[in-house]
Amino acid sequence: MSDYEIVNHALGGVEVHGMTRASFILRGTLAAGAVYGMGAVGPFVSQAIAETGGGDAAILNFALTLEYLEADFYTVKGKQVGLSGQARAYASQFGAEESEHVTALTAAIKQLGGTPVKKPTFVFPASDEMSFLALASTLENTGVGAYNGAAPSIMDKKVLVSAGSIVQIEARHAAAIDLLIGKSPTPNQGFDRPIEKAKVLTAVKPLIKA
Amino acid sequence: MMSSPPIEQSEQSAPQPAGIVERLVRDDSDRKKFLKMAGAAGATGFGAFVLAACGSSSKSKPAASKAAPPASTTTSSSSANTGDLAIVNYALTLEYLETEFYAKVVASGLFNGKVGSLIKDFGAQEQTHVEALKGTAEKLGGTPAAKPEGKFPIQSASQVAQLAYTVENLGASAYLGQAASIQSPEVLAAALAIHTVEARHAATLGTLVKKSVTPDGAFAKPADMSTVLAAVKPFLV
Repeated sequence: MSDYEIVNHALGGVEVHGMTRASFILRGTLAAGAVYGMGAVGPFVSQAIAETGGGDAAILNFALTLEYLEADFYTVKGKQVGLSGQARAYASQFGAEESEHVTALTAAIKQLGGTPVKKPTFVFPASDEMSFLALASTLENTGVGAYNGAAPSIMDKKVLVSAGSIVQIEARHAAAIDLLIGKSPTPNQGFDRPIEKAKVLTAVKPLIKA
Repeated sequence: MMSSPPIEQSEQSAPQPAGIVERLVRDDSDRKKFLKMAGAAGATGFGAFVLAACGSSSKSKPAASKAAPPASTTTSSSSANTGDLAIVNYALTLEYLETEFYAKVVASGLFNGKVGSLIKDFGAQEQTHVEALKGTAEKLGGTPAAKPEGKFPIQSASQVAQLAYTVENLGASAYLGQAASIQSPEVLAAALAIHTVEARHAATLGTLVKKSVTPDGAFAKPADMSTVLAAVKPFLV
């Protein structure tokens, strides 16, 4: 495989999403603001963000849904199935970390002028430690792909770094869980390819009860 | 040291300009400007990086220049590409070091069985990172950084595992530290895809040395270039 092909394999799944109309207008008004001063564009900016949640806010809301899911999975479902040893320790640690992600993303969305999604009700198909860990592996690995897919569309660099600092943790979780269940900690070999949002939502839809 | 003449600003039909690292070495006034841009704190680190990357060039050469890509895809004179190229070459230097480290560890025979197999896999993955970043540098119209010469203490399995844990955590934080600076969405996507793999490596080594898989807690900390370069300096010959 040539170098170029390898790069493109890694990038093959990337969608640098076209902008929504509101985002396009927002970008234009922000550009105008640079020329005329932010006071002139303030109302338009708030309006645009309120309508769509803003590009970045919408992406973070997507992330927040996934974090709610993971936090609930580890803290609530983890207790229900009854875990022991390392599985129990990971569920406790990772659940606390996902909860911190929920808190941070909620605050970030509000700061962007968006409205954080409400916590959904989840249903997780897992009845014992083995099935719990298998599902944990799926959720964490999907989370990595979801963040990597969404991140290039993030406009605000600070938001991008926050997303990056979170996805790194998901990757660590994924590797730890995979090792625990005897799987490769690097299921995607050298490149954690992005997964497009629609595919992620399709995958998690069965887990969202309401 | 490089002995070629200074590179002229490229025109579409002219040969490709040298990569940022080479240019910095050849043209001292350019280098001073760049270092000033990189910031006082970054200057020392990057200077060491530049010198280290070329320090062994008395025997090694930078990657052989390939045929120039078609003019229509060349935007090498844009500042976005120049910035991204510097970041790609920085990452490439780190990946070269990681690859060399793992090769030496594998050669040491200190790890067998499942762990030995993981170590081999990680080394192979770092090699794919090297290939990808070289390709990206060329796609940006630049010259990939030269392979630096590294030196790593390889004494015992536990010492090596601990070193690997340190190196991988550093690599992950290095990528995160550059995310905000990358201009091209394609380069960013590649960096993100590699970033999480380094994190997986770090977590794996964490389980081996019985340390946390998330040493930074719930939020990974980015590390800036000067911090990372200072940390890897001991491993550069």
